[in-house]
Amino acid sequence: MICLTFVPVKNGQATKAGLEAVSYAKQCGATVTALVVGELNGDGGAGAAGASKVLHMGDNLQDEGQIARVVAAAAEAEGATLVVAPHDHIGRAVAPRVAVRMGAGMVPGVTGLLQGSEVKKNVFSGKAVAHVNIETDKKVVTTTPNAFGVASDGTAASVEAFAADAGEARLTVKGFESSSEDGSVPLPEAVRVVSAGRGLKGPEHWGIVEELAQAMQATTACSRPVSDMGWRPHHEHVGQTGITIRPDLYVAAGISGAIQHLAGVNQSKVIVAINTDPEAPLFKAADYGIVGDAFEVLPKLTAAIKTLG
Amino acid sequence: MKFLVCISKAPDTTSRIAFTEGDTQFDANGVQFIVNPYDEWYALVRALELKEQHGGTVTTITVGEADCDPVVRKALAIGADDAMRIDANPQDALHTASLIAHHAKQGGYDVVLCGKETIDHNGSVVGGMVAEMLDAAYISLAISLDIDGGKAQAKREASGGLEAVEATLPVVVSAAKGMAEQRIPNMRGIMAARSKPLKVVPAEGGVQGTAVAKFELPPAKGDCKMVSVDAPEELVRLLREEAKVL
Repeated sequence: MICLTFVPVKNGQATKAGLEAVSYAKQCGATVTALVVGELNGDGGAGAAGASKVLHMGDNLQDEGQIARVVAAAAEAEGATLVVAPHDHIGRAVAPRVAVRMGAGMVPGVTGLLQGSEVKKNVFSGKAVAHVNIETDKKVVTTTPNAFGVASDGTAASVEAFAADAGEARLTVKGFESSSEDGSVPLPEAVRVVSAGRGLKGPEHWGIVEELAQAMQATTACSRPVSDMGWRPHHEHVGQTGITIRPDLYVAAGISGAIQHLAGVNQSKVIVAINTDPEAPLFKAADYGIVGDAFEVLPKLTAAIKTLG
Repeated sequence: MKFLVCISKAPDTTSRIAFTEGDTQFDANGVQFIVNPYDEWYALVRALELKEQHGGTVTTITVGEADCDPVVRKALAIGADDAMRIDANPQDALHTASLIAHHAKQGGYDVVLCGKETIDHNGSVVGGMVAEMLDAAYISLAISLDIDGGKAQAKREASGGLEAVEATLPVVVSAAKGMAEQRIPNMRGIMAARSKPLKVVPAEGGVQGTAVAKFELPPAKGDCKMVSVDAPEELVRLLREEAKVL
């Protein structure tokens, strides 16, 4: 099986989500050709992650409709029957279009390897798993970020220039506002997240949350009431109507754990709950818990991490 | 300006999730269905706001059987002008998208809006597929949307921040949190919705790419290990040595 993996790049390097997609395809037993559109240094890390070859188109395409044309053309040129892309911001816009162009069945946000024509994905906000059968010969899947590791045992891949008719641009990017001035990892990609809710009593108390996050090398998040009251920006809201995350470690302080909140975080590998109320629903979803006041527990945890080194 | 808003029904967030028929079908028994929140709160309300600004019509489109009608009526009560329901049980995203695109092609819409994903399948695929089938621009995960000088202007979620983008019309937009504020239908809206047109059309042009073989529930979560408030270093140790996540 030949797989064409679409690998997004940033500053010439493949993104972590992109490399996860490459390693995923390799683990599915495919011979992997990575496709990179935009600036690329070397093989961007794709070879180590499992790609045998990198196809590179240097044009800085911003319209995902154009990128999809290039991906579909590359898949055809390579004779690929499987296309994998990360289920990140860009993959979510590119992959559905590729599926239509190729006449392929598509499963978004997979959480298991493709076995024959069957693959797993989470549904009902992580409350169930669906085994989905892809009925078409050509298949498209997108990989849930942070659900699969990145292999590093491959060798550097050869890079070949690739050209395809991308068509006309219908979408242009006019500007970018960074939400992580401090350079922290964006929430959907974060491996560790420290989150806080109404128990913090006001935005002026977020210092203790940020200090713990810094000590843990984590990204900060918040509950819906906190973003609705304007204590924290909307992009930090994790939960049903905010963003869904899947970090290795999710620490929630002063968040009771309403079902809508859990829907956004219940796929985290390890959940730590800190709450004054021992009956808070979050303890039922958590792996570790401390019954106590966030104002006392968070600084103690920060100090413990620093002391233990 | 003609707006088309894709409306899907979804089980209420607090629903008990269970399956029937050999774990191949969602057990809808006793489940309260709602308008998918992203479709209702963001996509529909922003379409109504843009119509109030620019004039035009807001039509909703739903792929589903007659049990979707209460959800469609709610969208009409919130303010949509008319509704279309494609009479089919949606099988997968490709099926839903192909049925919607088949009708959208004939409608000459300037802006097609959908929620960023449904809360049952969590796919976020239909919008992109419809855009490709209509050969239109697609703005995914938009948190704002304006129409100016025949172009769509939006901010959308991107890695590490927000991107400002501009797209030509017709455009397909998937709506995320921030695009609009939820509107609660008032009594007048609910009364008016009863007599607004809800056109039921047969399914045409549908293709399917995938099928659910079976559903299963995730393994039960183990007990929460409690750590004393006076022993934070114990929690740090557990996270490092037992869970290996720190």
